Amino acid sequence: MSDFISIEAIAKRYPVRGRGTTTVFENLWLSMSRGEFGCIIGHSGCGKTTILNILAGLDRPSEGTVIVDGEAIDGTSLDRAVIFQSHALFPWRTVLGNVAFAVSSKWPKWSAAKVRAHAQSFIDLVGLSGSEAKHPSELSGGMKQRVGIARALSITPKILLMDEPFSALDALTRGTLQDEVRRICLETGQTTFMITHDVDEAIYLADKIFLMTNGPGAVLAEVVENPLPKDRGRIDLHRHPLYYATRNHILDFLVTRSKSFAETVTDHDPHHVPVIRPGIAEPTLLSLTPPPAADAAVRTAGRHP
Amino acid sequence: MSGSLTLRAAIVSVALFAVFVLGWHLATRSSGATSGMDPEYAKLMGATATQGKSAMPGPLDVASKLWEHLSQPFYDKGPNDKGLGIQIGYSIGRVLVGYLLAVVVAIPLGFLIGMSPLMHKALDPYIQILKPISPLAWMPLALYTIKDSSISAIFVIFICAVWPMLINTAFGVASVRREWINVARTLEVGTLRRAFTVVLPAAAPTILTGMRISIGIAWLVIVAAEMLVGGTGIGYFVWNEWNNLSITNVIIAILLIGVVGMFFDQLLARVARLVTFPE
Repeated sequence: MSDFISIEAIAKRYPVRGRGTTTVFENLWLSMSRGEFGCIIGHSGCGKTTILNILAGLDRPSEGTVIVDGEAIDGTSLDRAVIFQSHALFPWRTVLGNVAFAVSSKWPKWSAAKVRAHAQSFIDLVGLSGSEAKHPSELSGGMKQRVGIARALSITPKILLMDEPFSALDALTRGTLQDEVRRICLETGQTTFMITHDVDEAIYLADKIFLMTNGPGAVLAEVVENPLPKDRGRIDLHRHPLYYATRNHILDFLVTRSKSFAETVTDHDPHHVPVIRPGIAEPTLLSLTPPPAADAAVRTAGRHP
Repeated sequence: MSGSLTLRAAIVSVALFAVFVLGWHLATRSSGATSGMDPEYAKLMGATATQGKSAMPGPLDVASKLWEHLSQPFYDKGPNDKGLGIQIGYSIGRVLVGYLLAVVVAIPLGFLIGMSPLMHKALDPYIQILKPISPLAWMPLALYTIKDSSISAIFVIFICAVWPMLINTAFGVASVRREWINVARTLEVGTLRRAFTVVLPAAAPTILTGMRISIGIAWLVIVAAEMLVGGTGIGYFVWNEWNNLSITNVIIAILLIGVVGMFFDQLLARVARLVTFPE
């Protein structure tokens, strides 16, 4: 059992008045190693947020368990911090007050000075030094989300959970914040699980990209291993030879296969989801030699229509 | 157009006041001796009959009487002749005691109803039935059970002040944003700390709105309640002066009730501003 996060056969069902229950997803398995950055991509209604909420402990699965660091989770925990889409800062507290609230929740016995110093170091980390005494209403959207990030990181969680954290921001701010998050996660070896709609964001940030089919009855269709080098930069990301292969593979999935998956793939084993590492795309023109031998579980992107 | 809006508004306010006072003065002034009358007889008849003076006091009568009251507000010459300050003090005291009791009951109960859907559903029918009852309808029941007119008045204030606060607190607590609650949940904040550090500040503006409505209603009701229970208070003063046919004193009391009511309202508006947060 080497997986740091192991989601085992979880399901979420809601009762529907007069018609039994509706299943958002069922028999879903997903695992991540320590220090990995995982991104889940899928259309609205596939249950992404539900999976994140179950990981956070805010929601409970109808079936199945989630194991984190060897222990089944039960409710929320200070080991798992959440960055909310809408930043969810307390408007009646200052920047420092918002971060300090989290710090004093994790370490209730700390003195006020120690809480303050600890909170301050995380405000510095996200580049908000000088804005400690401001209230959220005085901050821009990007700065608010920085506070949200500082608050989540300040409790030094085992897992950082992010629910479309940058979707409400403009493109420029989103870019800078993605850089910051990537820098912090790489520096601290933070295990991170994120929901996104943005394929480029996923390729830039994630080590593993989880592709979900459309709900209801959504399944985790495949896991895409990011083939780009760990030291990828935003500036030359799109020049990497594997960038478009990866991007096209994910887009193809979102555009067509996420809808047709249930009809076309009949032998899908949710416990052993195929792991895919996109190679150089479309080997058709150069395929005088057979494609490099791959692991049985690893298919290449080129094999999919 | 010159001067700020405030200044221009002040000029209009003062002008309106002047027009009102002048109109009042003209409407109530003496129209001169009506007819030749034996001076002895005229003395007996009074100004209304002899000078054509209206029975309604004019602004000057009210002003001089007001000055008289203001110069010695706290005299006490027996049960039917107390200074205006003492009377209004009794009323304010009753309102504050009844109101604070209502705060102590309504805010915790409102928290309970707001946080627990079960209690909300269970208590809702009682609130819906009790809320529209005129507070004065409780008066006989209060007098019969409590057997003390002054405490009965306080009870009536309590019962009228409790509902707006209860309903607003429950509403404010129930509509605290889900995401704020989720922040507290992911940080494993205990119920009590969550109530004080998340729910209370988030619901405070709504709670203060309820408290402001309540103090307004309490101040409306105390006048009526004191007219019924008698003895002391500004409501009793109004009724007593009506029985004395001293319209001057009734007008002064009306003015004073307005001023004190405004003071309460402004006080709570100021507190509300302190707890309101910009989004």
